Amino acid sequence: MRGLVRLLVIAFLAAGAAGLALTRPIQISPDDVADLTGDAAAGEAVFWAAGCASCHSADDAEGEARLILSGGQAFPSDFGTFRAPNISTDPTHGIGDWTLAEFLTAVQNGVSPEGRHYYPAFPYTAYRLADRQDLADLYAFMQTLPASDAPSQAHDVGFPFSIRRAVGGWNLLYARGGFVSDTPVDAQIARGQYLAEALAHCGECHTPRGALGGLDRTRWLAGAPDPSGRGTIPNITPGALGWSANDITAYLTDGFTPEFDVAGGHMRSVILNMAELPETDRAALSAYLLALPDAE
Amino acid sequence: MTVTRIAIAAALSSAVALAASAGGHGGNPAVDARQGQFQLMSLNIGILGNMARGNTDYDAETAQAAANNLLAISQLDQRFHWPEGTDNATIENTRALPAIWEDGSRVLEIWGEFGTASEGLAGVAGDGLDAMRAALGPVGASCGSCHDDYRASAN
Repeated sequence: MRGLVRLLVIAFLAAGAAGLALTRPIQISPDDVADLTGDAAAGEAVFWAAGCASCHSADDAEGEARLILSGGQAFPSDFGTFRAPNISTDPTHGIGDWTLAEFLTAVQNGVSPEGRHYYPAFPYTAYRLADRQDLADLYAFMQTLPASDAPSQAHDVGFPFSIRRAVGGWNLLYARGGFVSDTPVDAQIARGQYLAEALAHCGECHTPRGALGGLDRTRWLAGAPDPSGRGTIPNITPGALGWSANDITAYLTDGFTPEFDVAGGHMRSVILNMAELPETDRAALSAYLLALPDAE
Repeated sequence: MTVTRIAIAAALSSAVALAASAGGHGGNPAVDARQGQFQLMSLNIGILGNMARGNTDYDAETAQAAANNLLAISQLDQRFHWPEGTDNATIENTRALPAIWEDGSRVLEIWGEFGTASEGLAGVAGDGLDAMRAALGPVGASCGSCHDDYRASAN
């Protein structure tokens, strides 16, 4: 009997240690990025494609103000309300003093310089697929943007989701796997896939989630309830959307649907970003969307 | 006491539900009217948008007519289209968010921006494709500005 108890205690401790090891925040070291040099000019397109301004600019920011990444926008979810932090160049309130290694650790591993997990409201789950050179360029571009001394606001997330370490376990379940489809595709579709899945993180809103908030990759971009609680984010797989390549490319440029309705909500901001990209990138996104398998 | 209160509340809410559905599919004439107004906007923007996108040939006279219509719509006084209690939390068949009626609502200000943009468009719509296309941008932006905070996602 005593032997059994001892065995159970040992098993419990081992599981705990394994859990701690597995959920450990993983840092990228400066040595890993020593040969990367960012190009700020190239980073601007990455910035728009990755949609940083959509969440990190102030709530009603328009025009040039979208480059002030002061944070503050609230994002309701089933797990609580997340608030985008200040990621401007301010060294105290923003991320102005981050190294490239710290930036990549945040963006691709979802881990802060202090070694805390970020919540996956921040789409590191997509950015982890991005090319590191693109992210080094993004880092260089973001250093050219204005500083804001607005303090970051706390998330409003209740127990048990307030346990940050649990995000490490969530990451084991959901921050894994490569691109959604690895079937051979032509260069244009591959570019669209990279833009959509690694940078623009379309799936964060357009793909339904399971009970724990992980994306259901079997129903990729098949639409989902609007996290605000009202309405639905549309299914954008080809059959459900029913738009031509030209319709999609034009929508991502001027915001008009084929019926000349105008995008609203968060998509409006996404279109402002997409309109900054070269036309070839918007056409690549259209080709990618039209190549998706239909899903309901 | 409490039972009475619950009974009254239940009776009131079914009365409200009945009233909301009484008018048939659309229900509220003000809601029907404003939705018709937006369909008119979309129809006329479509005439110009299809020219701007190169889907149809630019025609100065047609473009001017569509722009004039948008300007006329922008001059409609909105006060009768938005009675209290016609938000999407209260009735079906609308995407109008309660924020429209809340303090600090910017909807009338944005309607004014639509008016200014329409005036700009009507001023140049007949002056060539490039002039029309450039002036259509601010009109679309004013639509988007309102949809951003005041219209729910589709169902």
